[in-house]
Amino acid sequence: MRRRDPAVPIAVLVAALALAPLPLLLGPFWQSLLVNVLMYAALATAWALFSGPTRYVSLATAAFFGIGAYTTAFLGEALPLPLVYPAAALAGAVVAAVVGLSTLRLSGVYFVIFTFGLAELIRQLVTYAEARLGGTVGRFVFVDVTPRGIYWLLLAVCVLVFLVGWWIGRSRLGWALRAIGDDEIAARHCGVDTTRTKVAVFAISATLISLVGAIMAPRWTYIDPAIAFNPILSFQVLIMALLGGAGRLFGPLLGVVPLAVLFELLQANFPNAFSVLLGLVFLGVVYLLPRGVVGLIEQGRGALRLARRTHPRPAA
Amino acid sequence: MFVIDVVLSGLVLGGIYALIAIGLTLQYGVARIMNLAYGEFTVAASFAAYALFALAGVSPILALAIAMPVSFLANWLIYQGLLAPLVRRAPDAAALEVDTILATFGLLFIVQGVLLLLFGGTYFSYSYLAVPIRIAGSPVAANRLLAAAIAAALAVALYGALTRTRIGTAIRAVAASPSSASLVGIDARSYAAFAFALGGAMVAASGVLVSMFLTFNAAMGVVFTMKALIVVIMGGVGNALGALVAGLILGLAEALATGFLDPGLTMAVNFALFLAVLLVRPTGLFGKPGR
Repeated sequence: MRRRDPAVPIAVLVAALALAPLPLLLGPFWQSLLVNVLMYAALATAWALFSGPTRYVSLATAAFFGIGAYTTAFLGEALPLPLVYPAAALAGAVVAAVVGLSTLRLSGVYFVIFTFGLAELIRQLVTYAEARLGGTVGRFVFVDVTPRGIYWLLLAVCVLVFLVGWWIGRSRLGWALRAIGDDEIAARHCGVDTTRTKVAVFAISATLISLVGAIMAPRWTYIDPAIAFNPILSFQVLIMALLGGAGRLFGPLLGVVPLAVLFELLQANFPNAFSVLLGLVFLGVVYLLPRGVVGLIEQGRGALRLARRTHPRPAA
Repeated sequence: MFVIDVVLSGLVLGGIYALIAIGLTLQYGVARIMNLAYGEFTVAASFAAYALFALAGVSPILALAIAMPVSFLANWLIYQGLLAPLVRRAPDAAALEVDTILATFGLLFIVQGVLLLLFGGTYFSYSYLAVPIRIAGSPVAANRLLAAAIAAALAVALYGALTRTRIGTAIRAVAASPSSASLVGIDARSYAAFAFALGGAMVAASGVLVSMFLTFNAAMGVVFTMKALIVVIMGGVGNALGALVAGLILGLAEALATGFLDPGLTMAVNFALFLAVLLVRPTGLFGKPGR
């Protein structure tokens, strides 16, 4: 596996180059579908950077996404655009570091619901602060970015997410993280600084998610806390990553593409029965793909390898 | 007096929260099913009470007696049909959690979709016992008071059944450790199904009670799921008494924040309190020390 690793950045860059000219060729419908796919791809992959190997399921995606979006809304007029995005990333990183340091004692479902509560707390506080200080809840986003610009920025973030994930996977940090996922106590006894590892990767993941939020903000032109901090987003990202397979770098992508397209198709064709059909699809996935899309692919590969071993190809 | 007003409304609210959460603590704490469709079941019961009241003139108290056994049976069937296969195939608790989150997420959309098809997205309410009653000089709506009283009675009955009866003891044993429970001759799987169904009966009760004084619509289930999850986690998973105490604390905090701080901060205070409890006690108020 490690031998083939340099293929990853090359593949990512080639794919990005191939996807880059698409908005120039496609109409608005496909363009908006692609923006959705890229957004979920970046979010789900960034989520899985931390939650995949450690198995700490985080529902704080919406919190960091909202922090990014609100940073753009607040600073979009005051600062030049190239400074707004780093500011949003920094805001996400700082909050993530503070949260990470305070939540280390939690595990399992307590961590899950804690992160959910955190997202809701931030949403309530932003709502309150806006109502108290600004007089109104919600604001317009005045940033000069075209829909195509959003597409390219998201594509760039996707590349960044995959490269960061690839780098983490090869680094000491990645080994430490996987050790924690296997057995946290054993990892600590092996000399892994579990606290620093977890906080570092949690912050990296949150920074990337905030960046996506900052880029997506202009798409709405008007945002309020209910949009920016929508808790449904956390669940969507979770479901997509789990469907694809959170343990592999490209796993979440395999869940994002079919689900994002499916959401769009069902919504367009069966607006009334959308919920029911979506629910049936979920149940189907759980019963038919018990280990996610990645599991299915690995199963297929294993079968192939087995077949090859039992029927060796004649040496030509 | 103002303070009594606040405390009273807080206790009433807290009692309802506790009831909503007790059903989930049975389903999650005992049957190990993280039921994300929980709030949808609550809302479905609310709609059932509404339909019975508006169309057939059945009082919500009678609706309670109908909804609880029906929901018990429905939840038992859901567990045996949909969830038991997942329990059987899961290699460990973490895998089961992921599977049940995905499956009940699908269930959430199905129940919500059916409710949307039947009732549309508009808000519903009906007027039952909407008269004020004075307690120590403070007015409380009679329907809220009745709901809280029934909630308290159900909670006490459940608590008594869990701690005083043979079945209750078995359920608590399964909550503590399914594998050890089977070692002492408890059929863990059928007790899990029973606990899930019992949780379903509690859901139906809370849905009917809530419908007596709350305006609701088909998309509101998520709100109940989240409230229930927070109360369960704050109290300690699988602990009915914890859910009761946590529900009352959150209800009181909400009323106090509305009365003395700022109505805009009630939710913020609730979540801050929840986060603070977890930081001090990482497994909830009554939870066992973590792994």
